Amino acid sequence: MSSRSRRAERSARGITALVAAALLALLVAACEREHREYESKAPPPTPANEAVRVGDLQPGKPQPPRMDPHGRSFEGNAWHVNQGARLYKWFNCTGCHAAGGGSIGPALMDADWRYGGSIEQIHASIAQGRPNGMPSFRGKIPDDQIWEIAAYVRTLSGNAPKYVEGGGRQGMAVAPPTSRLPKLEPKTTESSQ
Amino acid sequence: MSQQVLAPAADQAQAIATVWQTMFWPNVVIYMAMLAALAWALWRRRAVVADAAVQARQERNWVRALVAWIVFIALVLTAYTAVSFVQDRHRLAHAPDALRVRITANQWWWQVDYLDPDPSRQVGTANELHLPLGRMTRIDLLSGDVIHSLWIPALNGKEDLIPGRSTQLALTPRAIGHYRGECAEFCGLQHAHMLLPVTVESPAAFAAWLDARRAPAATPASPSAVRGQQVFESGTCAMCHAIAGTSADSHAGPDLTHIASRPMLAAGALPNDRAHLAAWLVDPQAFKPGTKMPNPRLQPQEVSDLVDYLEGLR
Amino acid sequence: MSARDANVEAQLARTWADKPGLVGWLSTTDHKRVGRRYLVTAIVFFALAGLMALVMRTQLALPDNHLLGPDRYNQFFSMHGSVMMFLFAVPVMTAMGAYLVPLMLGARASSFPRLNAFGYWIYLFGGLTIFVAFALDAGPETGWTAYVPLSSSDFSAGHRTDIWSQMVNFTEVSALCVAAQVVTSFMVTRAPGMRLDRIPLFVWAQVVTAFMMMFAMPSVMLASQALQSDRQFGTHFFNPGEGGDPLLWQHLFWFFGHPEVYIIFIPALGMISSIVQTFARRRIFGHTAMVVAMLAIGFLSFGLWVHHMFATGLPPLGNSFYTIASMLIAIPSGVQIFCWIATLWLGRPRFATPLLFVLGFFALFVIGGLSGVMLASVPLDTQVHDSYFVVAHFHYVLIGGAVFPLIGGFYYWFPKFTGRLLSEGMGKLNFWLLFAGVNLTFFPMHWLGLAGMQRRIYTWPAGLGWEWANMAATVGSYIVGIGVLLFVANVVWSLRRGQVAGDNPWDAPELEWATSSPPPPWNFTEAPVVRSLTPLWSDTPIEWLRGLKSDKREMLLTSIAEARPTARWGCPDPSIWPFLSALTLTLQFIWTIFDPWGWVWASIPMAVAMTIWFWPKKSEPSME
Repeated sequence: MSSRSRRAERSARGITALVAAALLALLVAACEREHREYESKAPPPTPANEAVRVGDLQPGKPQPPRMDPHGRSFEGNAWHVNQGARLYKWFNCTGCHAAGGGSIGPALMDADWRYGGSIEQIHASIAQGRPNGMPSFRGKIPDDQIWEIAAYVRTLSGNAPKYVEGGGRQGMAVAPPTSRLPKLEPKTTESSQ
Repeated sequence: MSQQVLAPAADQAQAIATVWQTMFWPNVVIYMAMLAALAWALWRRRAVVADAAVQARQERNWVRALVAWIVFIALVLTAYTAVSFVQDRHRLAHAPDALRVRITANQWWWQVDYLDPDPSRQVGTANELHLPLGRMTRIDLLSGDVIHSLWIPALNGKEDLIPGRSTQLALTPRAIGHYRGECAEFCGLQHAHMLLPVTVESPAAFAAWLDARRAPAATPASPSAVRGQQVFESGTCAMCHAIAGTSADSHAGPDLTHIASRPMLAAGALPNDRAHLAAWLVDPQAFKPGTKMPNPRLQPQEVSDLVDYLEGLR
Repeated sequence: MSARDANVEAQLARTWADKPGLVGWLSTTDHKRVGRRYLVTAIVFFALAGLMALVMRTQLALPDNHLLGPDRYNQFFSMHGSVMMFLFAVPVMTAMGAYLVPLMLGARASSFPRLNAFGYWIYLFGGLTIFVAFALDAGPETGWTAYVPLSSSDFSAGHRTDIWSQMVNFTEVSALCVAAQVVTSFMVTRAPGMRLDRIPLFVWAQVVTAFMMMFAMPSVMLASQALQSDRQFGTHFFNPGEGGDPLLWQHLFWFFGHPEVYIIFIPALGMISSIVQTFARRRIFGHTAMVVAMLAIGFLSFGLWVHHMFATGLPPLGNSFYTIASMLIAIPSGVQIFCWIATLWLGRPRFATPLLFVLGFFALFVIGGLSGVMLASVPLDTQVHDSYFVVAHFHYVLIGGAVFPLIGGFYYWFPKFTGRLLSEGMGKLNFWLLFAGVNLTFFPMHWLGLAGMQRRIYTWPAGLGWEWANMAATVGSYIVGIGVLLFVANVVWSLRRGQVAGDNPWDAPELEWATSSPPPPWNFTEAPVVRSLTPLWSDTPIEWLRGLKSDKREMLLTSIAEARPTARWGCPDPSIWPFLSALTLTLQFIWTIFDPWGWVWASIPMAVAMTIWFWPKKSEPSME
């Protein structure tokens, strides 16, 4: 082999080593979005950490909304959103909300949220129940599963990280895949319908 | 539990075992003959110089042998095909008075429904199958989610359960006993723990079992069992499970009306006894990671009461 | 060599040299360098997939083991199968073809040198993609077969299956590139006088395989695109709720999948023919029958796929048709085995490691073939389908029928690739370790399947009598691992210390042995004229046709049937554009995993790269 091709082989080997090192680094980092966590180790909720504001009106200097890191972690995880889709059917959310378009219950695919559209507020609505027909599911659906359903509901209005958007669903096509839905930022409405 | 393909306990498995016996021994002989021919070709004594005429004659002989070999293989394969075809007809034969059962597979449990023209006499249970001896049972196979496959090796070959389609499996058991059925098509995280224990019993015992299954759940006897029923109906359990005779009537998960008399829990993940039931209720994911049953997050007293209640549901 | 010849060779060396440095390394179009890269990459993937198998076997050594949880185990077996089938088995066979076919045909270069290089880069990038995904906990999780609805977005969340599906696209594009190249080489670049009845069986095998790839790969690309479409756009190809059918996936996949295993197997048949011919010191008995048998296998293999679906409730009469077809394919295989044994009988066999591996093929493949004939029976298949019996069957046919001949081929052609022989002593130990290990691993699995152990389970319960067979299989797998390590050690040692091989250390008859070891970049200084099936064994020495230029890259084209010289064709110079085009296609494939707009936006750099690649050069005259 000529010295030139020997140099070429050496630089090729160098590149290979670099790539291998990068792969190893990635291995350590892993990808949280794909992680399958079957059961969270978070402590069960107590009334104190359930304080969620369901309306924007407040006296004095407005406080920023409270974010729940445990709940937020469900939003960015494809597995949890997928489980939420399953539970949405299992627990008959479709009975009042249809596939997100609403029937006797309000639509979940639009930007109008009477009690707030962040994941914490949706979680609170499911757990506590709401006037005019939304049952309270606390103690009926385990708390992590309520987070999963809330994370799925967020995708119905396009408010999920792009990566975890669901794709085509099996069964009758009652709604477009969530990756095709427009993103509608939630705004709290005063509607009392 | 018996589950050997070569220890058939039903007509259908017997037909298949016949095919095996027909093909296995000739195959062994053919294999040995091939090895012997190879050894002979390698180590035979050769003349030092092979002249052209001898070579040509040897080649001609080998050409004749090749033709004979092709004919031989074709005959053997024809025989195999014929036996296979005939035994398959036996395996797929129908009987007019077959018992009708419908099994719906879900991730990762089996819903078993005994059909009856009178709807009030239909029986629904989960993760167990009882069959009467000597009578054909025809099972309609459906799937609630992905493709599964029902395989009871001692009784018949497997048949897939495919969403959107209905397939069938016939079983005519000839020996009383317990047999192991399992899911045999990769269906996700807990494909390994999707067992269907099968019990073959005399027609009288089977009828008695079916009658017992028709009855609603036993009323709780002890105060702790009463509390346990309360936990079941008012907590997370009733959201997915049904117990006939109570207000719990959800069919997302397996029916638990007669859970205590089932051989195993969680479709074969655990033996069915008090200790394992309690452990399961405390942390299902520890035994069957990925199962769709979430951790119900019960207090220890609730677990104990619930176990008392469920253990009474024979 | 005369002074004039030395001048010619020096000029050829200058004309056919690659550019220097990294750019030269990336832009080579020499089919031998590309073929070597393919081989090394494929062996690395083989080793990684084998390591995964060792981890899986460790998990399965004991009942209720906790080394791997269900999710990780599912990724492991999906990776093992996908890497072995898509990233090792097919590419390694095409690699041997890419290296050897032009040499066996007496040609100076392959017919599409830049396409060849492009195919390699696409293959490499596809393999890297799936391994990066695996490292990121996003590896495939639904097996190498990815049945729907399990692989639909309802049951396979996130992008794991999308990445797998795109890897399939990478590897199929790569395979099609090499296939087109092999067929064209076979048709128009043969040595003068190499009529159809004088073409080596190895080349016939590669050509049959190439045609099969062209018909089979589109089926799986269609299936994987339909799956991605269902997952990303919400189409309903496989959704029964809206008129689709999960069985459509199985039909499309297995229409590819069954020919795929023959695509892996047939090149190995070609290798066996070369090795048996050389070590029996006699041309293959029944050459015509062998060619017809390979054509028959290639053709018949497209009519068998439903035998993977016998348990899906298809009509019994239809199933019986596929039983007959599946049994029928045993006939051409039986013919081939007969002809090899006849060749050894009629010849004067001498033992060396390549022949040992071929003998191992006989012992292992026929077990797999006979269990395959049993699987062809519908009722028997319904018992053992999706059980460890099938795992035993396909490992016997794949390892016995493809890997053993391949390793034999490595021992046989290593001197041609590198100029040194592999150590015979290590080779014999290598053979026995692998032979013992494979049998210990996979023979008990026949029994396990009959005892009811199903496939793809991450753990199994105690008390069913499965303990001894699983432990034996695990021990056997470690022996196989040691055997593979020994092979790698042999290669590494022999590269520096192996006995120097001349042009033709085995006294073989085929054309690749008529040039130096390793061959110069231009393969042959002059075109060899072929007058028999075994040119180097004929009593008269080879004639060489002069006239090809040595100051520019040129090769000889010949007619299809009679191989009479028809034209001189200017080969393309080395070019960086195959590499850059592969980068742009990789960008497109990866982009579209996450966002369908990638099909539009990423087409732009690809169009630019390919336009520059294909831009005709005015300086090259057209064929004369």
